Amino acid sequence: MTAGMPMYVSPEQLMKDRADFARKGIARGRAAVVMQYDGGILFVAHNPSRALHKISEIYDRIGFAAVGKYNEFENLRVAGVRWADLRGYSYDRVDVTARGLANAYAQTLGTVFTQEAKPYEVEIVVAEVGQTPAGDQIYRLTYDGSVTDEHGYAAMGAGADQIEQGLADQWRETLTLEEAVPTVAGLLGEGLPAGEFEVAVLDRSRPRRTFRRISGASLEALIA
Amino acid sequence: MRSTSGRLPEAFLATGSSSFTEFLGGQAPHLLPSGRPVPAGPIDAPHGTTIVALAYEGGVLLAGDRRATMGNIIANREMEKVFLTDVYSAVGIAGTAGVAIEVVRLFQVELEHYEKIEGLIMSLEGKANRLAAMIRGNLGLAMQGLSVVPLFAGWDTDAQFGRIYSYDVTGGCYEEHHHHSVGSGSLFARGALKKLWRPGLDADTATRIAVESLYDAADDDSATGGPDTMRRIFPTIALIDGDGARFVDQVVVAEHVSALVADRHGNPGGAP
Repeated sequence: MTAGMPMYVSPEQLMKDRADFARKGIARGRAAVVMQYDGGILFVAHNPSRALHKISEIYDRIGFAAVGKYNEFENLRVAGVRWADLRGYSYDRVDVTARGLANAYAQTLGTVFTQEAKPYEVEIVVAEVGQTPAGDQIYRLTYDGSVTDEHGYAAMGAGADQIEQGLADQWRETLTLEEAVPTVAGLLGEGLPAGEFEVAVLDRSRPRRTFRRISGASLEALIA
Repeated sequence: MRSTSGRLPEAFLATGSSSFTEFLGGQAPHLLPSGRPVPAGPIDAPHGTTIVALAYEGGVLLAGDRRATMGNIIANREMEKVFLTDVYSAVGIAGTAGVAIEVVRLFQVELEHYEKIEGLIMSLEGKANRLAAMIRGNLGLAMQGLSVVPLFAGWDTDAQFGRIYSYDVTGGCYEEHHHHSVGSGSLFARGALKKLWRPGLDADTATRIAVESLYDAADDDSATGGPDTMRRIFPTIALIDGDGARFVDQVVVAEHVSALVADRHGNPGGAP
C-alpha cells in the first residue's frame, strides 16, 4: 500500500473553489425579493410550486425567504422555526428576534462552509417587521455565513444584480402593496402570470402573527 | 441547549418530527410540564373550576367562570381559563391552574409549530389527540392531586361542523354532542344546559345560555365564581365557527349578565 503524498491546496484556493461552487448553485435558482412597503415587509419569489415554499413564517414578526438548493434551505427553515419556538417558549414571545436568528444562521453557514465536505448552496433573507418602519430589519445571509443588514430591499438568486438595480430606481419606503407587488413581479419576470409567484407579507397592522400569504384571487388582482 | 460556537445544534437541522413537544423533550426536557420531579404528598395549589361548551347553529361556544380556589380561600377572582389555541380552536381548563396553564401554553405552541413546519393547519381530530397525549403525560402529577381536565372545542374545516371533546385524567378523549361541562360546578351547569339547550340556537342565545349555566353552577358550587357586578368581572366566552375562534366582547357579556340578573330577580332558579 503506497499512500501518495496528499496534494497541497492553498487555503485561499480551497475557499475560492468552495465559494465558486456555492455561487454557481445559487445563481441557477429562480430569484426572490424581500422589501419594505408602507404596511410592513413584502416577500416575492419566482416559484410556480404551490407545495414547495421558498417563503415562510418563522415567528410572530419574522419571515424567511431563500433561494438555492431546496433540501438545504428547508433544513435551515425548519431549524429556524424550532429555534424561534423554543426561545419563545422558554423566555417570552418578544424575546425572539431576527437578529438572534440571523446570528445562529450565520454561525451555522460559516461552520458548514469551512468544515464540511461541501458548502450549502443557499442564500437566505431573515426579515422582521417593527412597530414602525424604522424598526424593520432585513438580514441577508450568504453561503459562507456573511451577514449584511440591508436597507429597504434585498434580491437573491438568478439575475439578482439587475433586479437590485431595478429596485434602486423604483423602490420607495412609501410604496403601497398594490404598487409594490406588480413592481417586484415585473423585475422578477416581465409578463409572467400570477401563478408563477409566491407572495407573502409581514403585515405591521396585525396583532400577533403578522405573516400572511397572498395567493389565488387576491394575488391575481395585484398582478394583472 | 446551544453549542459553544453558536451554530444551530444538529437536532435543530435534523429532518423528522413536526411536534414541538417531542423537540422540547429532546432539547430541554425540564421545560415539559411532566419533566420535573414532584415531591411526594399532597400539594396545595390554586384550582380552576367550571367550564361549559355548547354547540349552536354553525359553531361551538366555550365559556368559563373566573374563580380559582385554594381550599376555602379564593385564590384569584379574575383568572382566564378559556384560551384560543389556534385560528379554529379553543380550550377551557379545570383543575390545578398552574399546571393547566402550562399545558395550554405548550399546546398552543405545538399547534403553531406544526402549522409552520408542515405549511398547513392540523386536522381537528389531530389537535384533540395531541391534547390527549399531553394530558396522558401529566398522569404522574394527576396522581399527586395536580390534575388537569380540559374541555376542547374546535371548528372542523373538513366537515364544516363544530365539535366538543372532553378528557379524563388518564388522557381518554371523548367527543361530546350538543353540550358538556367540566370542573367542580359542572353537575349544576350540566343540569342547566340540559334544560336550556335546543337545536338551531344562534350565537347570541348560546352566549346567554352559557352565562346562565355558569350562574347556576356558581349558585350551588362555592368554588365557581358568579358574575361579579361590583368589580365588573364576567365569564370568559369564546365562539368558534367558520370565521375562526374569537372572544365575545366583555361589554356584550356584561349585557347578558345584567339581563339575566334582572330576570332572576324574585325567580332565583330561573323557572320559565
